[in-house]
Amino acid sequence: MMELYNGPLDVKEIFGRWLDEEAESNYGAYIPFVGTIRAEGGIEALSFDIYVPVLRSWFDAWQARAKERGAIVKMAHAVGDVPVHSSSYIAAVFSPRRRVALELIEDFVEDFKANAPIWKYDVIDGRRIYAEDRSTPMEGAGLLADGQKSE
Amino acid sequence: MIRVEFLGPIAREPMEVEVRDLAELSRILFEEETIRPWLQKCAVAVNDVMVKDPKLPLKAGDRVSILPPVCGG
Repeated sequence: MMELYNGPLDVKEIFGRWLDEEAESNYGAYIPFVGTIRAEGGIEALSFDIYVPVLRSWFDAWQARAKERGAIVKMAHAVGDVPVHSSSYIAAVFSPRRRVALELIEDFVEDFKANAPIWKYDVIDGRRIYAEDRSTPMEGAGLLADGQKSE
Repeated sequence: MIRVEFLGPIAREPMEVEVRDLAELSRILFEEETIRPWLQKCAVAVNDVMVKDPKLPLKAGDRVSILPPVCGG
């Protein structure tokens, strides 16, 4: 399950609902992760653009990987502006045993950072500035530059 | 025609081009001064599927998305 919201996430509502959804699923471990916007560099908020079709395929591939290990992943992310001290991203793994959940939550959150098609902007004095220095090229980047060189 | 979309922070309207493969598209984009600096850092999706082959053939109606460096969370 992947959920997208305009603006900050209602973390308690979402985690509570996910817990209810899996109450009878016989998972022994539920590991939630919360990403909170820190006040730094004079920002008032962060802002996000998402390319939903590719995010959905990325997420579905992860769900398949989790399923192979008897687990499931869930995530929610914000679109648009998210003020400091509120949450833009939460994720969770449910699994029969804790070891799988601990490993999956790490891999899932790290790969999310590197390969989910989401763009981050600092919001300073109401202006949106692309967070270029914190952004990472996705796997396979440079494809079109390679095409140029081969000529 | 092939439709090319520039995602996230790349300030560029979509364009329609007549090309046979990604290599040919690469040459066209290289001529665009606002796009050239992005090319080395961008990944590519064709019809919303991430691709790895720089010479991938394209056909009429294909949609190419240019994805700049990401930072979710």
